[in-house]
Amino acid sequence: MAKESTAREMQIKRLDSAESLAAWREQILAAKDPNQVEIVVCYGTGCLASGAAQVETALREALDQAELDIKVRPLIKTTGCRGFCSRGPLVVIQPEGVFYQKVAPADAGEIVAALKEGQPVERLLYRDPQTGQAIVREEEIPFYQLQQRLVLRRIGAVDPTDIEDTIAQGGYQALAKALFAMTPDQVLQEVKKSGLRGRGGAGFPTGRKWESALKAIEKKGRPVYVVCNGDEGDPGAFMDCMVMEGDPHAVLEGMIIGAYALGAQQGYIYVRAEYPVAIKHLTIAMDQARQLGLLGENILGSGFSFDIQINRGAGAFVCGESTALFASLEGKAGEPRPKYVRSVEEGLWGRPTVLNNVETWANVPQIIEKGGDWYAGIGVPHSTGTKVFSLVGKVNNVGLVEVPMGVPLTEIVEKIGGGVPGGEPFKAVQTGGPSGGCLPYELKDTPVDFDSLTKAGSMMGSGGMIVMDRRDCVVDVARYFLRFLEEESCGKCIPCRLGLTRMREMLDDFSRGQGAEEDLAELQSLARAIKDGSLCALGGSAPNPVLTTIRYFKDEYLAHIKEKRCPAGVCKELITYRIDPEKCTGCMVCARACPQGAISGQKKKPHAISEADCIRCGICLESCKFEAVTVS
Amino acid sequence: MIEFFINDQPVKAESGWTVLETARQYGIHIPTLCYHEAVKPSGACRLCVVELKDGDWSKVVISCMYPAQAGLRVYTESERVQNVRRWILQMLLAQCPASPEIEELAAQYGVKGTRFVSHHPEEKCILCGLCMRVCAEVVGVSAISTSGRGVHKKISPPFDQPSNTCVACGSCVTVCPTGAMREFLDSVRGTPRIELARVGKK
Repeated sequence: MAKESTAREMQIKRLDSAESLAAWREQILAAKDPNQVEIVVCYGTGCLASGAAQVETALREALDQAELDIKVRPLIKTTGCRGFCSRGPLVVIQPEGVFYQKVAPADAGEIVAALKEGQPVERLLYRDPQTGQAIVREEEIPFYQLQQRLVLRRIGAVDPTDIEDTIAQGGYQALAKALFAMTPDQVLQEVKKSGLRGRGGAGFPTGRKWESALKAIEKKGRPVYVVCNGDEGDPGAFMDCMVMEGDPHAVLEGMIIGAYALGAQQGYIYVRAEYPVAIKHLTIAMDQARQLGLLGENILGSGFSFDIQINRGAGAFVCGESTALFASLEGKAGEPRPKYVRSVEEGLWGRPTVLNNVETWANVPQIIEKGGDWYAGIGVPHSTGTKVFSLVGKVNNVGLVEVPMGVPLTEIVEKIGGGVPGGEPFKAVQTGGPSGGCLPYELKDTPVDFDSLTKAGSMMGSGGMIVMDRRDCVVDVARYFLRFLEEESCGKCIPCRLGLTRMREMLDDFSRGQGAEEDLAELQSLARAIKDGSLCALGGSAPNPVLTTIRYFKDEYLAHIKEKRCPAGVCKELITYRIDPEKCTGCMVCARACPQGAISGQKKKPHAISEADCIRCGICLESCKFEAVTVS
Repeated sequence: MIEFFINDQPVKAESGWTVLETARQYGIHIPTLCYHEAVKPSGACRLCVVELKDGDWSKVVISCMYPAQAGLRVYTESERVQNVRRWILQMLLAQCPASPEIEELAAQYGVKGTRFVSHHPEEKCILCGLCMRVCAEVVGVSAISTSGRGVHKKISPPFDQPSNTCVACGSCVTVCPTGAMREFLDSVRGTPRIELARVGKK
């Protein structure tokens, strides 16, 4: 990824003023040919998993072999996640913005040849599912058109391992503005004005948090610490990971500005070790920023010094909780403590500490650059700005999306997400991960902002959004999240350690068709006790998936308990697979696919499933092309 | 003096007192398991929950750590408090069926049985962590701590090996609210130092 520019960068002396940063940026921009063709390969996790690295190699080879009659040789650049993960690997040709999807290494030759001809490769273009029309440019694709990408603005555009690229696209401009044109208090006022609320889950106003820290400093003095929470752990959530991988400088710049406002000299980024690329890119970004004098001693010659250290977490979900995160940073077991004295007053090593989430920090530079009023104008009054969501589950356009706060749920799922495969309406959407809730289709018009989601019994959380269709069982979903949290509970307090297991056991009973209707009320009562009694937010929010599914899908629970029936056909002990003799063509595919050998029948004659041998794995259902296998 | 209310009764607390300390001063009973005057509170057992109310607003907090504040309205027997207590006691009855102390406490609060299945009939430990805290804070040796996480959590010496760090003082046994430590002590302490000195080992 690193290329010649990094070498050039080494020769750049430390930037020692706002002017020298501006001058260097001019120099970078002047050296760039606006017509320079760039072949941009998405290196987001999704694209890499579907073969982006092989595509990149093939493109390089194809480029070497091609005799291109273009004045400037095309550059190949790899970037962070472009967001349209279900269509990966993605390749975009700049400056025109030609968008190629599902690119295979074998397509490389054609892509390079198309550069010469000036005509895009038709078959690799995205087609509108409704009209079938091919769309050439990225920004014309509905998935992107309906988004407002602020936090993600540089992701997919810059090479995250090259600070020059970031600076060319406006990186560290806000820092220069803050350091030389604003006092720390003005920075704070701007953040307060923006109405920015913490993106990690609870949605606490960021400006107020900083202000509380400053009050604590008045009492206790400095040091104060600035910490970035990169311990994203919700199943199905990958927003913060993509931000750290794709635009690490935005996170660093936000932290440095925050540190300036607070007078902090040391910051920490707590990232889970499962995010090696994020750690790598952050490390590279910090090294480059230090070399340039944008981080460390005497930043940009302003006299302000601040440095950052990366700490890797071992992957415990609970370490995303502020006090557990601090304990882990201090080298202790990651257990939370009650927060009757708030962590802004008594955080890391007992000192005033500001802990903000990755996305929160990444929002700060733009607020400083464009002003708090500009930011407050986006979104809705009490939830300003945009929010990044990872849209996953039973939805066509799986990926990373960013929308203004307050857009209706349906816009994200149906319009940007393209709805459920097959075209039927979604059944439910789980927002906020395991701590959030399950919203039914009837609430599809709920505005997605902090307060509306909380009112509906769910929460914003860090921004996971899992779409479910009629083949997802709500009892099973609630069990899934409880099993996850049961594993992740730190075990310190009794309601969480014992309660989650007991709730899960009750759901296990339901999924087997056991239990009585009264147990549902008991389960709700236990859930409330856990919410009220737990020490930290993990236990305090753990019952949410159970409570919301009971609230919105009570009939489905009752079907399990009273009718011994799983309407979605998921709970194994309540379902039977059958073959419809009318539809079965006797093709033998299911019989061969069945791992148990439970399907009998002769060629061209209807097959049958032996209920005694069937393990209800569903492979026959998936393998049948004639929809002859049914679940009941 | 900080003035506030517990169950609508006016109370006065010294600066630095918690709600629990104030309640005890006035003879208002709040059950506890992981609390002990000798060590810092940790907030693990959650039995000492109380409800704070202010108009429509209400919140359940633990009294052993919540600082006394002027004007608080604290309720020790509200519906929410009783609900938390009832479930904790039910779960503890199933978790530590071998502990008569838990049974007695549950009975005191009207919890006679449990709807939950007991997986370990011999278990007594509720993982309140008092043993570990007294060992660290009072004795100053930290011979035991919790290991593992969540449902796998347990009290153990380092690497589950009996340790000579343990001075066999028995403080952990004294503070243990369920009698679990009585049986566990032998698997914690190693060979007494005096014994080691006799055979020439350090």
